[in-house]
Amino acid sequence: MSAPFSAEEIAAEGLKPEEYDEVVKRLGRHPNRAELGMFGVMWSEHCCYKNSRPLLKQLPTTGDRVLVGPGENAGVVDLGDGLRLAFKIESHNHPSAIEPFQGAATGVGGILRDIFTMGARPIAVLNSLRFGDLDDARTQRLFSGVVAGIAHYGNCVGVPTVGGEIYFDPAYADNPLVNAMALGLMETPEIVKAGAAGVGNPVLYVGSTTGRDGMGGASFASAELSEKSADDRPAVQVGDPFLEKSLIEACLEAFKTGAVVAAQDMGAAGLTCSTAEMAAKGNLGIELDLDQIPARETGMVPYEYLLSESQERMLFVVAAGREAELIAIFQRWELHAVVAGRVIAEPIVRIYHQGQIAAEIAATALADDTPLYERELLADPPDYAQRAWAWTAASLPACTAEGMAIAGQMHSWTAVLQQLLATPSLASKRWVYQQYDHQVQNNTVLLPGAADAAVIRLRSPLASGEPTTIGVAATTDCNARYVYLDPYEGAKAAVAEAARNLSCVGAEPLAVTDNLNFGSPEHPVGYWQLAEACRGLAEACRELQTPVTGGNVSLYNETLDATGQPRAIYPTPVVGMIGRIADVTQVVGQGWQATGDRLYLLGHHTPTLGGSEYLAQLHATVAGRPPRVDFARERVVQAACRHGIQQGWLHSAHDLAEGGLVVALAECCISGDRGATVQLPESPQRWDEQLFGEVTGCIVVTVRSAYQATWEHYLQTVRHLDWAAIGQVTEPGSEFRVFAADGHSLVAVSIAVLRDGWAGALAARLNTR
Amino acid sequence: MKFGVIVFPGSNCDRDLVYVTRDLLGQPTRLVWHQDTDLDDLDVVVLPGGFSYGDYLRCGAIARFSPVLKSVIAHAQQGKFVLGVCNGFQILTEVGLLPGALTRNRDLHFICDRVPLRVERADLPWTQAYQPGQVITLPIAHGEGRYQADADTLAQLEAQGQILLRYCDSSGELTAAHNPNGSLAHIAGLVNRQGNVLGLMPHPERAADPVLGGTDGRWLFAGLLQATAMALV
Repeated sequence: MSAPFSAEEIAAEGLKPEEYDEVVKRLGRHPNRAELGMFGVMWSEHCCYKNSRPLLKQLPTTGDRVLVGPGENAGVVDLGDGLRLAFKIESHNHPSAIEPFQGAATGVGGILRDIFTMGARPIAVLNSLRFGDLDDARTQRLFSGVVAGIAHYGNCVGVPTVGGEIYFDPAYADNPLVNAMALGLMETPEIVKAGAAGVGNPVLYVGSTTGRDGMGGASFASAELSEKSADDRPAVQVGDPFLEKSLIEACLEAFKTGAVVAAQDMGAAGLTCSTAEMAAKGNLGIELDLDQIPARETGMVPYEYLLSESQERMLFVVAAGREAELIAIFQRWELHAVVAGRVIAEPIVRIYHQGQIAAEIAATALADDTPLYERELLADPPDYAQRAWAWTAASLPACTAEGMAIAGQMHSWTAVLQQLLATPSLASKRWVYQQYDHQVQNNTVLLPGAADAAVIRLRSPLASGEPTTIGVAATTDCNARYVYLDPYEGAKAAVAEAARNLSCVGAEPLAVTDNLNFGSPEHPVGYWQLAEACRGLAEACRELQTPVTGGNVSLYNETLDATGQPRAIYPTPVVGMIGRIADVTQVVGQGWQATGDRLYLLGHHTPTLGGSEYLAQLHATVAGRPPRVDFARERVVQAACRHGIQQGWLHSAHDLAEGGLVVALAECCISGDRGATVQLPESPQRWDEQLFGEVTGCIVVTVRSAYQATWEHYLQTVRHLDWAAIGQVTEPGSEFRVFAADGHSLVAVSIAVLRDGWAGALAARLNTR
Repeated sequence: MKFGVIVFPGSNCDRDLVYVTRDLLGQPTRLVWHQDTDLDDLDVVVLPGGFSYGDYLRCGAIARFSPVLKSVIAHAQQGKFVLGVCNGFQILTEVGLLPGALTRNRDLHFICDRVPLRVERADLPWTQAYQPGQVITLPIAHGEGRYQADADTLAQLEAQGQILLRYCDSSGELTAAHNPNGSLAHIAGLVNRQGNVLGLMPHPERAADPVLGGTDGRWLFAGLLQATAMALV
């Protein structure tokens, strides 16, 4: 019998012809329309990781504090004193490219559901965002829409948005990245898992109604964007944060009854994914009656019910006989709660509609026994990388202590610093985080912009909110330009930077959630980037003992231009990392605190211009080898920084990142509203390399004057630690001055002038205040 | 002194208030569900921040019809304390316990920040722990906090000394640059004529715990506690 579907219909579900053949093999027959749709979404990269799974296997996933690793809705780590933290990152890139406000809003809603599905109350959100050039009108619309969407959802639902990162680069012009990371504190004694259990147990549908919105979002997210994608707007969901707030409270209350056996949120692929995954994880089956599902509109067919991605919905397996008690909780919160099915012994997902079987598929065929592609890795690095690696700083114009001439125009180092600080990627993000409620829940210890990582105080949910001294620090990091130039080194650098940012507030790096945003793995270069980055992530997470507890893969981040040529984004493996703080009263920010504090540079400062912000901004060049991570040195530097903070010796800490040493110092000046006088160590390197070259494993700290001797004594005892005293903090209103080792002045500028360009850069481009 | 914090389904600062009154100040505190109506045991009713019923129509427009609000009005009419923070302030203006209205911020964006405020008078229970004219710093977080009222109402508010807090610069001057949401006369918080109902956009409960930086908001609650202490004497 020939297929009852045309090649176009099969392709429209995101399935390749050979995948369709596999579907027929699994079923022993041709699928019906609904089943075809179910396979289409479940076999998308978004749901089944068919390209990335072999690569993800190398990631370390276990550790002393890991309670739940990959595979559940979120990872969970043990922070001690009965505090257990759930955390996860997820992308909403494709929806945000089409409809930035709702795309970003529902991205936040989705990641929050992953957290409270585990029985944890969400306590913080971070966002990692990438956009095109901010001078472009379309980018401005996407950027302001995404920020407004995140604000809308997060503010209303009452979870503080405390941190993250934003970069602007033309590589993301048509395909912005919106990754949201959420943290939650477990409130239930048992961690709620997703595997169905107990044959005969009822399946409870809770939350909002099911409509035609978000049809097939998972397949949509796994396809390249084209100019026609705007027609896919029905594939973007619409969020209701008020409903989600009620859902959080109702779910946590329901979990505390002990009557909920398993829970799964309905995100990508809605009912299809939740039933299939719960059944497959429990090695059981689920029968579901679509006639029981509260519908938002009439006349919906099984295909639509099953593929709907209406937001704020969850599926529970509950203990038989305790349905009424749970339904009452949801009704009190004015939410739907209906028994819509039951757990069966046969490992099958069986869907009824109007008394007929509408779909019948082995659960594993949807959730486990899915296609897997092991692709050939390029034998040699691709041409673009080899060409980039051939670049050296020798091709740049010569420079002197005064500055350098670019295209006939003289740039002083002070002017270069000002220009770098005013580029949107480095400039103040106040315009953004001011729109986010970052203080709700009364636990935000360090405000956005004040430190290298967000710090949240934890209050025990089990002991009536008693404050503990334990805190959690969180960060998201990825310098995608590095990853583009060298995916292996760049991915390592992202993990190292995340750990360093946590160490800079005094936190012990604990665990990682990663969001792999890449182009198409079907292109050899795209697959090389993905494979090399995964290798780097795995190595770095092992070296820094920060296991990966889960994450998200977003492939096909490419846009087809009018001629049909794919243009991939920079490969962007965003590393979300959390760290433990034993005593939240011993944390530091990045700003100078006191005049006269001595300034130290920790780490082996051998900066390079390869992949640097300076090279991109001043010379319009993206080339060279990005800085490399030396894990042994990285660990020593971070440990010394943490020790200094935990002992109460340090007043501030800030790592060197984009813009190198001088930009880092300038940021500390602005943040602390004090000047500094700095003398560079002797170096054979070019002036621009010394000032703006980038490096991993370096941190600038200031020390309380009373502890200076203690600190230096400590530094001398640490083996293999490079450090140098490089200057001191000067009074408010003074200048930021940098001198060469021979005393020659390199940079001299008032903090007010530095702040001006830095503070207003985003608003100026958006033409708002 | 017994506190009751009203919980609408979309309240999101309810737990923060309980943390301050119960855990930091050691006062008996209970949560009051929006469908409950018995407030007799309470000395202070607090309407917390958040988005009461989603506030998709207009902040507080639905909340004014909730069952608990009738009891809140009765509580206020008995001269007992009612505190509305942020969304609570919006609801108090919607039900008419306080005059005027709160509209979208001047720049149409949600604003989360810590801002200086001038305490206009310190002879009311709410502010007696401050000095008159004192500049304090409190967090704000709202999209619709621009206070509006007609000229007569404003004149009355000024004449009766009902304005308790104004946005100002760090030295207490009222400058346009330091009026974050464009409020009329820089109004950040005001009381009814009797002085027992206070509505304010800033969040005193978010500035009550030393671990989080500022504690300027704690004294608003501490002032109230002194009020009962004096009444008992």
